[in-house]
Amino acid sequence: MEWLNAVLQGVLLGGLYALLAAGLSLMFGVMRIVNLAHGVLAVVAAYLGYFLVDKLSVPAFLCILIVIPVMAGIGYVLQLGLLNPALARGGLAPILVTFGLAVVVTNLLQQFFSADTRSIQTGAIATDSIQITGDISIGVFPLLTFVVGVAVIAGLQMYLSRSRTGRAMRAASDDKEAAQLMGIDNRRIYAIATAIALGVVGLAGVFLGMRTQFSPTYGDATLIFAFEAVIIGGLGSLWGTLIGGIVLGVAQTVGAQINPAYGILAGNLVFLAILAFRPTGLLPKAVNS
Amino acid sequence: MTTQEATSAPIKVRRATKSSWAGLAVITPVLILLAMGPYIMGRGLQQNLVIMFSLIVLGTMWNLLAGYGGMVSIGQQAYIGIGAYGLVYIADTIGIDPFLAVPIAVVIAGALSLPISFLAFRLSGGYFAIGTWVIAEVVKLVVEQMDVLGAGSGVSFMAITDLSPGRRIAYVYWLSLIAVVVAVGVTYLVMRSRLGLGFTAIRDDAVAAGSLGVRVTRSKRIVYVIAGMGCALAGAMIAANTLRVQPESIFSVEYSAFMIFIVVIGGIGTIEGPIVGAIVFFALQQWLSDFGVWYLVILGLLAIIITLLLPRGIWGLISGNGRIRLFPVGYRLANPLERFALIKDKTAVADKGEPSA
Repeated sequence: MEWLNAVLQGVLLGGLYALLAAGLSLMFGVMRIVNLAHGVLAVVAAYLGYFLVDKLSVPAFLCILIVIPVMAGIGYVLQLGLLNPALARGGLAPILVTFGLAVVVTNLLQQFFSADTRSIQTGAIATDSIQITGDISIGVFPLLTFVVGVAVIAGLQMYLSRSRTGRAMRAASDDKEAAQLMGIDNRRIYAIATAIALGVVGLAGVFLGMRTQFSPTYGDATLIFAFEAVIIGGLGSLWGTLIGGIVLGVAQTVGAQINPAYGILAGNLVFLAILAFRPTGLLPKAVNS
Repeated sequence: MTTQEATSAPIKVRRATKSSWAGLAVITPVLILLAMGPYIMGRGLQQNLVIMFSLIVLGTMWNLLAGYGGMVSIGQQAYIGIGAYGLVYIADTIGIDPFLAVPIAVVIAGALSLPISFLAFRLSGGYFAIGTWVIAEVVKLVVEQMDVLGAGSGVSFMAITDLSPGRRIAYVYWLSLIAVVVAVGVTYLVMRSRLGLGFTAIRDDAVAAGSLGVRVTRSKRIVYVIAGMGCALAGAMIAANTLRVQPESIFSVEYSAFMIFIVVIGGIGTIEGPIVGAIVFFALQQWLSDFGVWYLVILGLLAIIITLLLPRGIWGLISGNGRIRLFPVGYRLANPLERFALIKDKTAVADKGEPSA
């Protein structure tokens, strides 16, 4: 029974990983940028949430309404100011620039918030749970995270396939030059994509901050988990990212059930196994560009 | 040179240049001076120089990966740790002479890097970067579970502690100086070889290089293995210098950050760049150490600015974008102007006499 419980908790944890990974997946899908600052930006959102809730007494879930637009704005500016020039440089520049950014932001967080761990207080919902059977109960907050994760993935997928801007993003992703000839302003489309990605990162960061204790260096683990979810699921597929997140979450909770020290290691090993035996991921995109 | 000779051998390729001979004339006395280090320097300075030497080795290796192989790794700390733990285990637990244990640890790291490369090479670009990091994390997590390696708390390097401190520090210093010469020398020889010509082609355009018959994946794998061995060498130097290996610090991703800063600041894709970068980085580290975390903020900003505005780094500035080369790895025409004149001469000859059909 405790194994079933571990799997169930893992699935719910997977919702958070999918939420964290969605932005990484989106930026790679549209621009082929792997944002190495992705993890620390989620932590920035968590600190922003912490600051609003803890210092300014904003009600816990309302802080999302402030964090998301702020992060989206940061994303827009980041793309125009830093990432578009890096893309224009080509080659290794985007990787080096986002890595430099990660180091800078991590250490700025250290400077302003110290290395102490924090968390966003959510009140009663943090401990509420729904009893399913005698042994198994589901926490309300993990369930909420999972539902939000699935909803965000579904929403992004809809946006990319249905909306005009979403179509432009896919066009720019498939063939940059052709898209430009069709009158698409790539630089602006990229900025919107990064704004959306960081908006999702903002949401994910707040949920992360409500769920766990975080510190400035927590971005490292966050980046790695998000990345593993993307690769396990298959590059370029948002639904794949959801499945990847769930697989990673289950691997970690089941691993931790065996021995608390094995949780993260088990997740990493599942990732490496996927890499070795099914490098296109569990749900690869049908057509590769 | 007479015209006759020139005509019979119209293309003369030269590799060394005036600047590289001048460079040799500077480097040789500097090396001799450094080799006398233990006789003329205090112990603290020697230990600091060992840190700088390890940074030169690390930067050179990372440059080999990224600058020539186009692979941004942020997981080389895996090999630093393997080298450090390898040295301690082989010398302390197995009991082999510590200075023989260093090359053995390096070879072991190379042997491990080969199968690892098959996993890492499934990914490319930024995902390769994070993938190497995950692999380094796995190595760390596994080491933390191994009691024989001191698990989470690490191990002390005992084998050289029966030497007197002065002697021990001198030996480690010489070992590190040799390591720098070997790392830079191997890179230089590799880059001068046919293999190196292939790397240069891959750096400029991997697809085009492949279509011209360069075996891209194989070349990258060779680079990856060499870089793994070099980083293990640096790891062994670090362990011998600090006499203590702890998983959290030896497998820290900060080493990757340092390597990236060194190469980007110094100048990516040149042999001289990482050496200049390591010296500058080391100086900045000493100078900015009072500023706490600000020093990494400044280094990160510097790396971003240089990547975007000065992609050839400091060495690019010094060398006038490659006109000065201390390590001549390229091929250049002995005298492009003369050759130009030659072509004109030839056409002149053809015009004048030789009745062509």
